[in-house]
Amino acid sequence: MFADYSMPELMSIFAMQGFAGLSLFSIFVLMALGLAIIFGQMGVINMAHGEFMILGAYTTYLTAGLFETVMPGLYGIYFFVAMFLAFIASALLGMLVEWLMIRHLYHRPLDTLLATWGLSLILQQAYRSIFGAREVGVSLPDWMMGSIAVTDLVEIPINGLIVMMLTLVIATLVYLLMFRSGWGRQVRAVVQNRPMAEAVGIDTGKVDRITFALGCGIAGVAGAAFTMIGSTGPTSGQLYIVDTFLVVVFGGAQSLLGTIASAFTISQAQSTMEFFLSGSMAKVLTLLVVVGILMLRPQGLFALKVRR
Amino acid sequence: MKTTPSASSLMSRENLYFLVLAALLLLVFPVLLDAFRLNLVGKYLTYAFVAVGLVLCWGKGGILSLGQGVFFGLGGYCMAMFLKLEASSPEATASQSTPGIPDFMDWNQVTELPWFWQPFHSFSFTLIAVVMVPVILAFIIGVAMFKRRVGGVYFAIITQAIAAILTILIIGQQGFTGGANGITDLRTLMGWDIRGNEAKTVLYFVTSGLLLACVLLARHVLGSKLGRILVAMRDQEDRVRFSGYDVASFKVFVFCLAAALSGIGGALFTLQVGFMSPSFVGIVPSIEMVIFCAVGGRHSLLGAVYGALLVNAAKTGFSESFPELWLYAMGALFIAVVLAFPNGIAGLYQRYLMPLEKKILGGLGKAANTPPTAAARRMEETP
Repeated sequence: MFADYSMPELMSIFAMQGFAGLSLFSIFVLMALGLAIIFGQMGVINMAHGEFMILGAYTTYLTAGLFETVMPGLYGIYFFVAMFLAFIASALLGMLVEWLMIRHLYHRPLDTLLATWGLSLILQQAYRSIFGAREVGVSLPDWMMGSIAVTDLVEIPINGLIVMMLTLVIATLVYLLMFRSGWGRQVRAVVQNRPMAEAVGIDTGKVDRITFALGCGIAGVAGAAFTMIGSTGPTSGQLYIVDTFLVVVFGGAQSLLGTIASAFTISQAQSTMEFFLSGSMAKVLTLLVVVGILMLRPQGLFALKVRR
Repeated sequence: MKTTPSASSLMSRENLYFLVLAALLLLVFPVLLDAFRLNLVGKYLTYAFVAVGLVLCWGKGGILSLGQGVFFGLGGYCMAMFLKLEASSPEATASQSTPGIPDFMDWNQVTELPWFWQPFHSFSFTLIAVVMVPVILAFIIGVAMFKRRVGGVYFAIITQAIAAILTILIIGQQGFTGGANGITDLRTLMGWDIRGNEAKTVLYFVTSGLLLACVLLARHVLGSKLGRILVAMRDQEDRVRFSGYDVASFKVFVFCLAAALSGIGGALFTLQVGFMSPSFVGIVPSIEMVIFCAVGGRHSLLGAVYGALLVNAAKTGFSESFPELWLYAMGALFIAVVLAFPNGIAGLYQRYLMPLEKKILGGLGKAANTPPTAAARRMEETP
């Protein structure tokens, strides 16, 4: 399949598809970061994670609509406001869900899977009732449109670049929060030894709730980023949930670095192959390779060495 | 918790429940329901095969597979390929540019029957394939995963990914699989028209009979030593391993058995519905199959059959009258079954109706009363 192209053409194809894959990479990283916190740290399988992302996307859509009608002059900065609101909305919903449902199920991980799947069905139908079955999109402000031409053949879309930067900032923040802050230390203590953490005075219930809310909030930010590269429908989130779980498992469930590395590998592989094969075959091949590697190396790429 | 009936009266009670189900399926439904509704029930019963398989591998073995739709679909597709080849004889497809191949292949500029379609000209091969194709796939997955001690959540996620892969593959390879529409327009089985009401009634009885046979088979497996090892493995896997049992092989076996049951269900589904499409293969149907089992009671074979019947009947009822409420109801069902009654209908029955029934049938059980063995008691009290 490479034979039809000359060497410089091939290089620019790889570069172009690579940058195109970066948008997918950003969505994967943001989704997977939230999931890695919830699944890796708490052991909860949140099948409704895609719906938390879509909540963020709808929040962004509403914010964009608000800016457009009330203060069109400030439309250029709506995205940053929307991102913040998306985080708050998803985190609040996450907190509520944790309090109503998840906290009763911590000792039954497989059952969290079924219960959160039920939640995802309810949320999907709620979105459909509120926003309609049709997909909605937001228009980007002018400064985010267009692309930078690096060479004659290679162009980088600006919105993809912004989403990428944003992802890196958020990933860094999450890293600092989990591994450099007092609160992160509490979370990790609860994960490693719950009774001991309780004994030294950590309010484990509160830590659980905030951890879950944080994971959902990051999914909300992923949703805000999602509006820049695709349109939002009630079931858009479901398309990403399997991929995201594979990203988390492939990276090694408790390693944030592994999550980012595997998101990069999977999104780039998919995006590059899409140019040469049909989209569906690219996806099938990527998933097959990932599942194959996971069968050979079940602990994922970057397994934390923990004594159990 | 609850009083433990003796082993022998338990057996007779189990037999009684089984007879009640058999009577319901073979007498009550055919008498009460018209041909259309009976066909619907027959369709639901094909899901019960999957649910029974899930009781074995999830309820008893502790292996949650989110890819049962894959096996259901593979069984269904094997049957559909045979029926489609029969429906596309050179005479029937004379108007195509390549007569003798299925119509969707012709539309997709495929000019020759692909190699993996060739053996499906033979009915006996198809019958074997309906069981063996799912079993072989389950065996490969099972050996790869269980030998490396991958289980629980990871297994669930990977089986789900496999369901996603197969769906995308079927939709993407339109020329070979019929794409998103699936394999449609199936007419006859060995010259016997399967579309008429009479044929559907016959197929209903075939389905019911096979289902009852599968329930008996599953009961036999659970009653044997193997069944006890499964339960022990679910509760204390390491202890079973240290006792010298090869845990992985037992898991592979039960996973393959569940796959075989799903495959049979899928084939019967194709026969009764008259088509097969990727919408019965993917992630969503696979999880729905788990909920049939969970609603019925993940530890109860008969409960799983009732669960499949009830959830599907509710689904049909809801989507006929309030289509927008259905997803809410289904979602609430998922959450309720996990939070409020994790043992499903069977659990509710044991808790509330069993004491009542005992009062009525008390005299019958006393005659054969022997002190319960420790093992029987433990089996009873599994959560």
